[in-house]
Amino acid sequence: MSEEKYLLEVEHLKQYFPVAQGFKKIPLKAVDDVSFKIRPGETLGLVGESGCGKTTVGRTLLRLYQPTGGKITFDGDVLYDSENKIDKDMLPYRKKMQMVFQDPYSSLNPRMTVEDIIGEPLDVHKLYSNKAQRREKILHLMELVGLNAEHAMRYAHEFSGGQRQRIGIARALAVDPTFIVCDEPVSALDVSIQAQVVNMFEELQEKLGVAYLFIAHDLLVVHHISDRIAVMYLGHIVEIADADELNNNPMHPYTLSLLSAVPIPDPETARNSKRIILEGDVPSPLHMPSGCPFRTRCRYATEKCAEVNPELTDRGDGHLVACHNR
Amino acid sequence: MNQEEYTYKRRQILSSQVDLSKFNAKDFEKATDEEKRQQDVMGESTTFFKDGMRRLRKNPLAMGSIIVLVLIIASIIIAPHFCPYSYDQIITVNGKRDKSATNMGPMEFSKMEQKYMDETGEELFPHLFGTDSLGRDYFIRVIYGTRVSLSVGVVAAVMVLIIGLLYGSIAGYFGGTVDLIMMRIVDIIYSLPDMLMIILLSVVLNETLTPLISGTMLAKLGTNMISMFIVFALLYWVGMARLIRGQILTIKNNEYVLAARCIGTKNGRILRKHILPNCLSVIIITTALQVPSAIFTESYLSFLGLGVSRPLTSLGSLANDARGAMQSYPLRLVIPAVIICLIVLALNLLGDGLRDAFDSKLK
Repeated sequence: MSEEKYLLEVEHLKQYFPVAQGFKKIPLKAVDDVSFKIRPGETLGLVGESGCGKTTVGRTLLRLYQPTGGKITFDGDVLYDSENKIDKDMLPYRKKMQMVFQDPYSSLNPRMTVEDIIGEPLDVHKLYSNKAQRREKILHLMELVGLNAEHAMRYAHEFSGGQRQRIGIARALAVDPTFIVCDEPVSALDVSIQAQVVNMFEELQEKLGVAYLFIAHDLLVVHHISDRIAVMYLGHIVEIADADELNNNPMHPYTLSLLSAVPIPDPETARNSKRIILEGDVPSPLHMPSGCPFRTRCRYATEKCAEVNPELTDRGDGHLVACHNR
Repeated sequence: MNQEEYTYKRRQILSSQVDLSKFNAKDFEKATDEEKRQQDVMGESTTFFKDGMRRLRKNPLAMGSIIVLVLIIASIIIAPHFCPYSYDQIITVNGKRDKSATNMGPMEFSKMEQKYMDETGEELFPHLFGTDSLGRDYFIRVIYGTRVSLSVGVVAAVMVLIIGLLYGSIAGYFGGTVDLIMMRIVDIIYSLPDMLMIILLSVVLNETLTPLISGTMLAKLGTNMISMFIVFALLYWVGMARLIRGQILTIKNNEYVLAARCIGTKNGRILRKHILPNCLSVIIITTALQVPSAIFTESYLSFLGLGVSRPLTSLGSLANDARGAMQSYPLRLVIPAVIICLIVLALNLLGDGLRDAFDSKLK
């Protein structure tokens, strides 16, 4: 396994935000020691509840935030390494790593036409030699995401949510990236349109061979699109496994409760299945519990959990779990 | 209604949906290509500016204000060309100073003028608003006063806009410590009493500037006026800077700014292409509202005797001069006061209209 070539390797990534409390500044540990790897052309799903740091992971990867610590390797190049003080200029890598945003309403500039929105990455990286070539590229991208060429001169507010998200995807694809962070790209859309957009992501992956980090809180959507799934809780990854393996054989108690919360479209089965309801609230990331972050709500918690934070360990076939007891 | 009746009625409603007797064969023909194309027609795509102008044109108050402003501006440009009198010239007939031409009412002629007209048969230009206590034509003085007041307003607003825009956008965009320091400077400037600053500056500048500017265009305006401009440039931009900073703070948190950074767009381009166009409406509106406030400031400073140097005048100093003879010649106070009101009201209404037309939140 270690011989395999990875597109993106993230090791011990940390992202703390200083929060002023009175005169002291306390670090808010949004992402704390997260490691994962993504192969070329693969989709890694990232799930977790609101505020667990999913979006922060995506944004820190693209260096929209300055990481607090860790190491990011992309395509063999070390982009950031806090120990060896490597901090590369991101501009050439912005051509290879892109992002699709959650809210299609605020992620498009209301004062720009679709042509200019999609053309901006082309302008910034000077990817065309003349106006005609620019226009040709833009029209090609619009066709790729299923938009009409006649819409090029329109403004973003003239489109529906699904169409707007397609514009956002076309913008991300404009630089021919090999890796795209999809930050809850379907959460803001109607269910009927979610399916269209998710299918489009899959088609694009087949056509262009891009790898995705697909962030979402809807387990069904993530299971549908992902090759592997990582489950996050309070800034930590608690379990990573192949999508089917995670679905059929979840090991971490948090994953178990997440899966039991997925609605079942059959009332008969739903009535007979038991939901695992977690007690209490998510602890504040300002005051993390000692040891395992999940121990305050875990029914298997022992004394050891309060002392040692469990490492992700391989339980066979690349199924990694961070738990002492399961 | 019993159950049976209810189900019957429901069935009827349902069956009417497929009641074939209501249709004929023509209704089931395929749509022609032309008919299909008609379905495709969408609203014409408009730019932000065109869209705003269309809404502005529909606003009668704003359009009325534009007409009033255009009339006033046209008259202050044209009037000095056909009016034979000058703002600093005492009425003379045939090279002789006309002592009887003081304090005349509108459209009146003095005895000397009347005699001159009777003798030569030549028609003299009427004194539309009469003359003042020194025998100067009041109409042309009002015209020049309006010129001064309006240009003070526009110049001050442009100065405030440029300084406030640069300062506010830098503070807002870079945020953090830069913002903290820059906004504390703004707070300090905000706490300076502007009236005191104007009086102090005009005293200091009077000493230093008078030899420097003698003989130039600026000398006509006077050091008071120049110190007023300097005070505007020094003090009045803080409101604009705060406003623009606030706007930019909200706009830069939008995901499209993050998306632009993700693409690799440089800071300057983000400011120009993404942030400033989105606070353009606020900038236009505040600038439009800045003009009347500058005119007001100029007017009350002139009223206090701190305005333009004589014999040049402004609407405020005209009103001040007329104050003494308010009982006998009320018209001389009313005319400049009404013009100030008209200009300020029109600009305020225009500013409101611009806000309604361009502010995307009200769409």
